[in-house]
Amino acid sequence: MWQSIPTLLGVVLLVFLLFNWVGGDPAYLLAGKISNPEQIENIRHQLGVDQSYAAQLWIFIKQILTGDFGTSWATGEPVSEIFATRLGPSLTVLLPMLLIDTLLAVAAALLVATLRGSLTDRAIMIACTVAQSISILVYIIVLQYALAYKLAWFPIQGWGATLPQNLFGYALLPVIVGVVVALAPDLRLYRSFFLDEIHQDYVRTARAKGLPEGRILGVHVLRNAAIPIVTNVMIQLPGLLAGAFLIERFFSIPGVGREVILAVERSDFPIIKAVTIYIAIATLVINVLTDLMYRALDPRVRLD
Amino acid sequence: MDAVLQSGEDFSQEVGVWGLVWQRFRRDRVGMVSLVVVLIFVIIALASATGVMASDWSEEVGTSNAPPEFLSKNLAAPGATEATGPAARITPTESSISDPLSGDLAEIRGEVTATPNPDISDPLADVLAEIKREAKSSSAAKARQSDHLLFGADKWGRDVFKKTIKGTQVSLLVGMASAALATLIGTLFGAIAGYYGGKRDDFFNWLYSVFTSIPYLLLVLAIAAVLNRRGPDTVILILALTGWTGIFRLVRAEYLKHRVREYVLAADAIGASHLRRVFVHILPNVSHVVLVQLSLHVVLFIKSEVVLSFLGFGVGVDTVSWGSMLNEAQSELLLGYWWQMAAATLFMAVLVTAFSLFTDALRDTLDPKLQ
Repeated sequence: MWQSIPTLLGVVLLVFLLFNWVGGDPAYLLAGKISNPEQIENIRHQLGVDQSYAAQLWIFIKQILTGDFGTSWATGEPVSEIFATRLGPSLTVLLPMLLIDTLLAVAAALLVATLRGSLTDRAIMIACTVAQSISILVYIIVLQYALAYKLAWFPIQGWGATLPQNLFGYALLPVIVGVVVALAPDLRLYRSFFLDEIHQDYVRTARAKGLPEGRILGVHVLRNAAIPIVTNVMIQLPGLLAGAFLIERFFSIPGVGREVILAVERSDFPIIKAVTIYIAIATLVINVLTDLMYRALDPRVRLD
Repeated sequence: MDAVLQSGEDFSQEVGVWGLVWQRFRRDRVGMVSLVVVLIFVIIALASATGVMASDWSEEVGTSNAPPEFLSKNLAAPGATEATGPAARITPTESSISDPLSGDLAEIRGEVTATPNPDISDPLADVLAEIKREAKSSSAAKARQSDHLLFGADKWGRDVFKKTIKGTQVSLLVGMASAALATLIGTLFGAIAGYYGGKRDDFFNWLYSVFTSIPYLLLVLAIAAVLNRRGPDTVILILALTGWTGIFRLVRAEYLKHRVREYVLAADAIGASHLRRVFVHILPNVSHVVLVQLSLHVVLFIKSEVVLSFLGFGVGVDTVSWGSMLNEAQSELLLGYWWQMAAATLFMAVLVTAFSLFTDALRDTLDPKLQ
């Protein structure tokens, strides 16, 4: 658990190097073309970029420790407030998506694992490869066009004020799109987890004592394959928070991912810095949680 | 004994390791077919890069949003009217191009008539004159504009087929170049960390954990925001700098395994230097891992490039990639012009599927123990 401290320091250093050193002087970005040297000097002073790199790094570390990343360059809104308001919509889409995707993928993978080696298995695997090779953009564009625009089963885009309105209205199509995109790669991955287990001795023992195949797979194998599956789901979580930006952008969901895209488009550095640091922290926390979960799922695993 | 003799005979035929790999690979039918498909795409990309194919992709050869040829043939009469209907409205003509700022400009001029200022002139006058000139020349060339384009035309009347070819060049070459660079970085770091161990290993492991604790696409976007530049070279740099981590981990593990093997100890005993052991002795023995990773990352980076270009952070506006085509296709679809999207999707799906199947076959042949 303590080894995540140097990692976090590294992330801070990396983000600092990127934005304060590679990124160049933000004053010119902010001031735009119509500005005089005085204005630029003024902005530089406000941002603290006229100080030494060491002093700037100290300012950045203080920002992280206090959780106060200042205000957005584009809108003037406090960064912490942007986060607090954008997290809810992101999770409203992400959690149902992750849940449905995992359940479907595990069930389908178990089914395919029972058919391993057969023609159906091969056909499904090739279909998954093809499905994976189509860009996520195409899925979003086509499903939005067909289901929302042509058939009008769902609202095309937007976001409501209340949770039920969002969950059972605006979030439905985004969740469907997310599940469709994630299903093929997850199905392949989980199938390989099941196949790894199927050749183990305990499976042979279970067969020898005459257990039905369904029980062997559904109880014995599923339990042992749960460790890599749970890890996979947990590891996906922080990445999805920012990684769902395409879905959030297309469906105009005011989430974290859309905020990242907007910030990149506007060169709104404080927001990008804050998102990167927060998500890195979330990743490290989830890594520790995953390790603890390992131990709960498999008593043989010892943490050192 | 027989086996030993057998292998002795094999050696006398002078079939090297890679010869054996090729023999094994040729037996994999799916792998061979996908290899051929990938090679065709590479040839298309190279032909386009050298100007043999699709060098005139940006020329406006057809009417705006002309449907694909097979459609206009099938629906001869209605298809034709449909094609000319919207096209006639959008085709650039002398009269339809007007200065959008003329109203504002007249107002400004009206305000300043009291004090006529020679400095105030239409800032877009030059651009407008050029556009008008181009419009004239293109209307003169309209006679030879054809509606017989395999995949139809885009908003500006450019041939979608040629555009897709050009997009193949950009997307595939960016994918391959960034994969090559990322593999180089990952292999180098992995070799140093795994072979030397100790402090160097700690350092690279730390670097690895730093890079992997930021989600891949977020890191890509952050670097794109900082660099604030467009163009294929920037995309290659971004993808390579963020994508080396997976390769590093695998190569490091291989070097950890190999550095204590007898052949490396023997090389040490006869006085081979560290560098020689790392690159001449061990590297060929872990090259199968590197090759599979290279192939795997081409697919990953092609997908990333498409997303980046779609968002406008990728290749610039003067280049075309599958991502920028999908971006245009998004609004076209609402008007019913689906062919640009279909062309880009088809090309990308075929290439990526073939590349993935090729990677699977490559892994199976290079590592027969894996089964």
